[in-house]
Amino acid sequence: MSTAISPTAYNYKVVRQFAIMTVVWGILGMGLGVFIASQLVWPELNLGLEWTTFGRLRPLHTNLVIFAFGGCALFGTSYYVVQRTCQTRLISDSLAAFSFWGWQAVIIGAIITLPLGYTTSKEYAELELPLAILLAIVWVVYAIVFFGTITKRKTKHIYVGNWFYGAFILVTAMLHIVNHASLPVSFFKSYSAYAGATDAMIQWWYGHNAVGFFLTTGFLGMMYYFVPKQAERPIYSYRLSIVHFWALITLYIWAGPHHLHYTALPDWAQSLGMAMSIILLAPSWGGMINGMMTLSGAWHKLRTDPILRFLVVSLAFYGMSTFEGPMMAIKTVNALSHYTDWTIGHVHAGALGWVAMISIGAMYHMIPKVYGQKQMYSTGLINVHFWLATIGTVLYIASMWVNGITQGLMWRAINDDGTLTYSFVEALQASHPGFIVRALGGAIFASGMLFMAYNVFRTVRASNPAEAEAASKISVVGAH
Amino acid sequence: MIRGLGTVVVMVAFIGLALWVFSPRRKSEFDDATLLPFKDDPEAIKHVEQEQASRSNKE
Repeated sequence: MSTAISPTAYNYKVVRQFAIMTVVWGILGMGLGVFIASQLVWPELNLGLEWTTFGRLRPLHTNLVIFAFGGCALFGTSYYVVQRTCQTRLISDSLAAFSFWGWQAVIIGAIITLPLGYTTSKEYAELELPLAILLAIVWVVYAIVFFGTITKRKTKHIYVGNWFYGAFILVTAMLHIVNHASLPVSFFKSYSAYAGATDAMIQWWYGHNAVGFFLTTGFLGMMYYFVPKQAERPIYSYRLSIVHFWALITLYIWAGPHHLHYTALPDWAQSLGMAMSIILLAPSWGGMINGMMTLSGAWHKLRTDPILRFLVVSLAFYGMSTFEGPMMAIKTVNALSHYTDWTIGHVHAGALGWVAMISIGAMYHMIPKVYGQKQMYSTGLINVHFWLATIGTVLYIASMWVNGITQGLMWRAINDDGTLTYSFVEALQASHPGFIVRALGGAIFASGMLFMAYNVFRTVRASNPAEAEAASKISVVGAH
Repeated sequence: MIRGLGTVVVMVAFIGLALWVFSPRRKSEFDDATLLPFKDDPEAIKHVEQEQASRSNKE
């Protein structure tokens, strides 16, 4: 076996930048989440200012955790994975740098405009037109860098992880551009190009696929690289991964109408959305099983490796929330769960349990590698972070289940004469203990990120430029 | 009619995909592709190949 050191090197600079910003935005976005969760416990925390009300900060929280934290994790890991599995450098360093700075500019724009009240009012698509256009440009550049790198790959195959990343990039571009089509009336105010129920359907076609392609497909790309790599075992079944890919991307796109059950959306569209959501369980669990079974025969590694534990527990949460989701899409279940905290709990089972935990695991694997270190500064601190994240997630989702079911039952309770048994405020009062537990769970989860920040800081400080440079050299065993 | 056709097209595509994926001819390609995360990491590929060898010896 010959080890041929290729003269060229990977572009790890942009990967390092995105990795660091993943941690920074993670702390900020989750910290903001804890703050608005506390506002629901102590409304005085609104501070009596329009800029710090729940209504303005909540979209900033979602934008920061999804697009800033999750987005940076996806950019960083996809640039890392595509280079390493294609055994080649990114096609353009300057375009990659543009995608980094452009993405940070969009996030800064969100931090400024959302508290000021500039919003399209479309959930997860709140950014007004100038920022939405900048986002679209950055995204196109991202696609050029990613797919350009694939075209100059030194390997015969395109690894399955890159298929998932690629689908995530393409579909996100399509969703963003279609949903943001709008008529500007001034620099910072625009109106949607669609009207009425059509607008709602376009928005939730976007909204659900922001979940399906941004928060699922992209992170599955991460899963297909980092789980096998960290476990040092090839993926359980490469064949299953191909079936998983095509089945998932074919089905996800139809599930949006389940966000609009019992609304003005035509009944047949609601039922179609429900049916497609239930079918979606099959590819979701196919992927989860593929990731989990990668460890079969190597489960003992979980005892000593907290990074692997992050990755595997994230898959468990993924399996749980992709079971919960189709169940909640059933119209009769949805009649109870819709508009309650159950939905918030479901989202966070996915966002904290799956998206954040797989990103954190991937970062703990990747950050030492791109800085030329053998491992993170402290494995013990990774373990502490793991338990804080797990306990925080469990507290969060359990409290939201209790609240959601309580709210659903109280809202629908009627007296013999047909009047409502409870007023809205009574259901709100009943939710107060759950709000406290939720804020606590969120705070525990977010505190784990501080341990991560310290651990990353020490790891980065231990590295010197020469080591980092050496780490980026491309070495291929048994060159083709 | 059109809706029924859609179902048939998707079903045929799925069956076609399954046949393509599970054809024995594809096995060596997939065995190669599945190692891509380790190929550029001399230490990892050594571990993976050793483990695969020891497992196939046991069978």
